[in-house]
This record gives sequence, structure tokens and C-alpha cells, in this order.
Amino acid sequence: MKKIINDPQDVVAEMIDGMVRAYPQFVKKIPETFAMIRSDQASMKDKVGIVSGGGSGHEPTHAGFVGKGMLSAAVAGQVFTSPTPDQIYAAIKAVNTGKGVFLVVKNYSGDVMNFDMAKDMAEMDDIPVKSIVVDDDIAVENSLYTQGKRGVAGTILMHKVLGAAADQGASLDDLEQLAQQVLPHINTIAVALSAATVPEVGKPGFELAEDEIEYGVGIHSEPGYRREKIKPSKELVAELVAKLDNSLQLAKDKKYAILVNGMGATPLMEQYIFAHDVLNKLAEKSIEPAFVKVGNYMTSLDMAGISLTVFELADNKWLNYLNYPVETMAW
Amino acid sequence: MELTLEKYLVWMKEFAQKISEQKDYLSDLDSKIGDGDHGNNMARGLTAVNEGLKAKQPADLTTALKVTAMALISKVGGTAGPLYGTAFLEMAKLSPKTTNLGQLLKAATAGLKKRGGAQMGDKTMVDVWLPITAAVKDKQLSAEKIKQAVESTKPMEAKKGRASYLGERSIGHLDPGAVSSGYLFEALLQAGVIK
Repeated sequence: MKKIINDPQDVVAEMIDGMVRAYPQFVKKIPETFAMIRSDQASMKDKVGIVSGGGSGHEPTHAGFVGKGMLSAAVAGQVFTSPTPDQIYAAIKAVNTGKGVFLVVKNYSGDVMNFDMAKDMAEMDDIPVKSIVVDDDIAVENSLYTQGKRGVAGTILMHKVLGAAADQGASLDDLEQLAQQVLPHINTIAVALSAATVPEVGKPGFELAEDEIEYGVGIHSEPGYRREKIKPSKELVAELVAKLDNSLQLAKDKKYAILVNGMGATPLMEQYIFAHDVLNKLAEKSIEPAFVKVGNYMTSLDMAGISLTVFELADNKWLNYLNYPVETMAW
Repeated sequence: MELTLEKYLVWMKEFAQKISEQKDYLSDLDSKIGDGDHGNNMARGLTAVNEGLKAKQPADLTTALKVTAMALISKVGGTAGPLYGTAFLEMAKLSPKTTNLGQLLKAATAGLKKRGGAQMGDKTMVDVWLPITAAVKDKQLSAEKIKQAVESTKPMEAKKGRASYLGERSIGHLDPGAVSSGYLFEALLQAGVIK
């Protein structure tokens, strides 16, 4: 393992200190926690607070999206490990201005349980809290017998939409309704070229041969649905778009937002090649997306790979929310 | 079979000792079907538990159980934090009414099932907690029973947690939470709580 770190045990604490020192205009730390809130607290006045969080290693998620117009706070856990309920609760208390707090949770069992406990704690103190569990990853079938679909890169679009709505004065109930309406329209699928190496573990989460790829991986190198030999970008795109088409029924009379997301060790050159192929593939179906974003948004440490999110803009307001101006480190 | 404060403190010390010794093994098990951090997370949690118990010098069992629960909740993270934390919190809630170990473990197991939504056979901690609680109530707890309960998770297909994404590929591996729960109950035997 070669990494630019000091002690593997200190990676999260040192990363957070680096963030708040580099970008004090956007985020500050709640003392004694791994929770970061907006520096510009006046921008949260009389608004519903939006709190997200999860394991570290997905940077710029989550702290990168804290700021005016987007998240009110982000809570970081250990690497690939959910934050603890007391820290989530500290963030909830810090951003509650009397209008309540909305939680954006990714569908991983640890995140769901810890955010649930934090919600219980807040309710005991009479802070109204509502939440959405994002499960945009279509690689894993939703079924009664598993944890269900995972929450991955599409979560960023949920942050953006809810953040804009909250900034424009949406109530806690409005936000819950909006989140539930948006959720089924966000679908994501990924492909990996290599697994991530967690600093405290010291070796990759799984082994892929030099010439192998795996379709459908999650954001912690969890397995996907098929492994095969590496293909040109166009063929990867064809596979992923076909899966999304199957799930969303892509149609030329509908509006879409596209997010091409690098997983940490994929150069932007490759991301733009992939994005170009995605746009070509959609053009074959006479679809021209109304919104496109390319870059590293929901990474998986040093995993090489890419994910494609298609967000069907079933309501015109959703596009306005995506274009709404924000002041954050990473949007 | 009363759980006294004195015995409880020995139990937690033994548990921490086992977790510390088996930290790498637990993380290794976890890397096969999860994300490879169970050993590190539990070791961090148990260190906090014992430091907390030492610093707070709890005067009674209820306080000791609460200190344990809060340390696990705030230091372990992942799924193990809320699950173990909930188990000890449920025991703390019941302990002013009874210190009967069987009753306490029954409440803990009910809390676990509620928090995680897992049933017997889902390849989780519950597959150890349920049969062991029954064995404690029947005064039949033995090292052999614990081993059997832990081993029973090996042929199962995971239905909960991150291992569930592996589907059939989770078969043939022990569940790390079941293994760490096995250590908890082995520590219970060694601490002499059950005679």
C-alpha cells in the first residue's frame, strides 16, 4: 500500500482538519466531532437544516457539498464506516433553527441504523426530523431478502435538489414530499477496473486481474453483477445505458440530467471520453440531456472505475433546483 | 444466575481482551463478505468501554451497562455500533427491575432484532444471540454451544447488511458479527457469571 498519509488511524481526523483549514469560508468543524457545518450560518436562518453523512473515503462527498444552497452539515464516519449517532445528533442540533432537520441517508445498513438512532435522540429533545434513504443503485435488485438497493452517486443530485428547495424556504413536510417524488427517478450504475484499498486494511477489497472489469460494483468495492475482460469505453457505455434504459425506460420526449462520476482513481480524461460516449448513445435515442455533470463527486478512495447516473426530470422545477447557485467546495 | 456489577466488570474485561487478540482475524473475516473493518471497530469500542468503566467507576450495574452502551454507540460505528449499543442499552433499561441474566439477554436480543430487522437464519449476530440466550435461560450454556451457534452462520446465505449483496457468494464464510458475539459469550463463561 502506497498512500500519502501519516498514521492510518488518523486519516479521517487529519483530512477534516485539512478541509476546514483550506476552506474556512465554507465549512467549520463542530468541536470534538467529525461533523462539519456551514461557516455562513446566517444563510441557514429560518430554513430547514439538511444533514447528510456517511463513511469517509467518498470525498468530496459529503463535506464538499456543505454551503449556502446545499447541505447545512455533513457528518463523516471512519473510512467506509457510518458515522455514529451521537455525532449525527450533534450536527442535527447545530443546524436546527426551529424549522426542523431533514436527513439524507444512503441505503447501507450501518448508515440507516445510525441515522435512525440519531433521529430517535432528536425526537426525544423535540427537534422535528424527517429523512430519505437514497437507493439509486440499480445493479442490486431490490428484494425482500436483501438489504435492498444501495445508495450511491445519485445521492449528490438528491443533496442538490433538496438544498435548493430548502434555501427557497421549503418546509420539512415539503422536503419529505419532494425527496420521495424525486427518489425513483434517480438511477445509477457503475463499473470498476480495480478495488479500493482502505488505509487500515492495507490491501484492496477484491482482486481484479489486469485485464478484468466488474459491472455493478458499489461505492465500497462491493461486488457487482458480472466480471469480464476490459472493453472499449463505447461498449462499457452500451452495457450501462442498456441497464438504465431497462430501469427508467429512456424516451426522447422526457427530460434528463446526467452525472458521470469518477470513483477516485479514474483520470478526468477517461471520464470525458466516457461522457462523450454516453451522450452519443443517448443521441441514438434522440435524447439530449438538459443537464450534464462530469467529475469526482462520490468516490471510493482509490478505486478505478466510473458510475453513470440518469435523473429523469419529471418536474420542470427539478432542473431549476439543479441549476440553483450554491457556495460549496465541490459542486 | 444474577449478573452483579463485580462479575459484569470482569466480563467486559475478558471480552475486550479477546477482541484485542482477535482483531485482525475479525477484520479478515469481514473483508471476505463485508468491508474489512469489524475487528478494528470493535477493538476501538471495547477500549472505550473499559476506559469509560474505569473512569466513571459505576456504582451499580445499570450505570455500568449504560456506560458500555454509550461507548459502543459512539466509538464503534458501522452496523456493529448501533447493534451492540442497542443490546446493552436494552439490558440497562431492564436492569433496575431484574438482574437475572437470562431476562437481560432476552431483552437485549429483542432490541437487536428490532434495530437490525434480522431474523434467525439471516447470517447475522442474531443467529448467535437467540440460541445462546435460550441456553443461558435453560442453564445449558457451554463453549460447545457457542461454537455451534457461531459455526451455524457459515453455510447460510446473508440476508442483511453488506454481505447480502453477495447473495450465494456469502455462503461458506462465517459472519464476523456472529464471531465477535461468540467471543462475548465465551467471555461470559470465563468471567464465571454462569456456574
